[in-house]
Amino acid sequence: MNIQGLIFTFLNPEVIGKYYLFILSGMWVTVKVGVAVGATGLTIGFLLAFMRAAGVRTVNVAIIVFADVLRSLPPLVGIILLFFAFPYIGISMSAFAATWLALSLVLAAFAEEIFWAGLRATPKGLMEAGRSTGMSWMQTMWYVVWPHALKLTVPPLTNRVIAIVKGTALGAVVGLAEVLNNAQSATSSAGNATPLMMCAIGSLAIFLPVVLVGRYLERRFR
Amino acid sequence: MLNNASQPILSIRDLHKSYGDNPVLKGINLDIRAGELVFIIGPSGSGKSSLLRCCNVLEPVSSGSIHFDGQDITRPRTDLNAVRQKIGMVFQHFNLYPHMTVLSNIMLALRKVQKLPKAAAEQRALEALSQVNMLERASYYPDQLSGGQQQRVGIARSIALHPKIVLFDEPTSALDPELVSSVLEAMRKLKTMGMTMIVVSHEMGFARAAADRVVFMDGGVVLEQGTPQQIFEQPRHERTQAFISSVTSRH
Repeated sequence: MNIQGLIFTFLNPEVIGKYYLFILSGMWVTVKVGVAVGATGLTIGFLLAFMRAAGVRTVNVAIIVFADVLRSLPPLVGIILLFFAFPYIGISMSAFAATWLALSLVLAAFAEEIFWAGLRATPKGLMEAGRSTGMSWMQTMWYVVWPHALKLTVPPLTNRVIAIVKGTALGAVVGLAEVLNNAQSATSSAGNATPLMMCAIGSLAIFLPVVLVGRYLERRFR
Repeated sequence: MLNNASQPILSIRDLHKSYGDNPVLKGINLDIRAGELVFIIGPSGSGKSSLLRCCNVLEPVSSGSIHFDGQDITRPRTDLNAVRQKIGMVFQHFNLYPHMTVLSNIMLALRKVQKLPKAAAEQRALEALSQVNMLERASYYPDQLSGGQQQRVGIARSIALHPKIVLFDEPTSALDPELVSSVLEAMRKLKTMGMTMIVVSHEMGFARAAADRVVFMDGGVVLEQGTPQQIFEQPRHERTQAFISSVTSRH
């Protein structure tokens, strides 16, 4: 057991002092991208599932194609395409935007399927009961069907959000200054692996609360 | 509303309905008068549930017409949401909203459709609940209730909007036998209050005791109709006789 060696290489106080602000700024970027991806991805996924429930054939085909393609596409490929290939068709964007957009669309695809499964698992009788009291389709969806369906979606959704948001690290490929990217360049500069350990701890600090919120939501929605 | 006693409240004329190529209703003619309790009986596949569900256009109609309260509700431009406030429905599987309390279940349409303020909606909901003897369970959730209690809440939910007619789609078929009587009791009470009711059910004893008219359906048509006495004691059509004897021989 070489505790002193471990501390020198991975928990070096001097290196920590020199790079902690750099790591923190990387964490901040990770948080920003994560929140943006979560918000956009879930909203788009929800809207797509809502539209699918309306039952217009051509719309549904488009949604299904979107969901299948985006679920199959490796997020990294999406980020690379958006950042490197799209400028050729006149659309250029920052590393932040490319990472955010690619991950949002992937999350939207998975979220739509999860929301849809929740809707499908909801008994048809609830819609009939709502309509039979004079409520419109929209009102019944909003007040009766969705609240029931959403309960079923919380566990798989929290899982999926956590997995995809961790993919912000992929943004390093296009130069996004998120926490892992910063940790890797700090490690090279310092010739010491401590920044990587700082990244590990920083990532835990970001994602563990998300996991705990997910658990809380799962409990609260029975 | 002043209703001419001779004008039927619901008038079904030459109703046809098919599911794709499969005809389920083949020309139904039926009038329901205010305050009547009409029982529809028949073998499974006879189309009785489909007929009931056409009455509030939960199922679309292939051809023919249904006049309710003076208006043809099968015409395309009908405001069905407005019509359905006056036609209540009670379902075989209750269909209560599981994420809401009993009281909220009843208040939802009062607030969102009839736009009643919260206090007034609550008042009406409590009235409906007391009519089915479920007042003490107002703050319970559906999964905390027995089947019979859930169905009574279902009845309360349908009458809270003060409809002119209530449709019952096999209201007791999903209940354990010992829970059936509480629901029939609520239905009996509703009848004595003058509510017009159309009931699709196998509860022949209830039909005998409470129905004003029994309609026998088979193969998508009305084969015979009459008073409970006529249908149960002196059925004329041979298929009616066969059906009546098959359901009464079980007792």
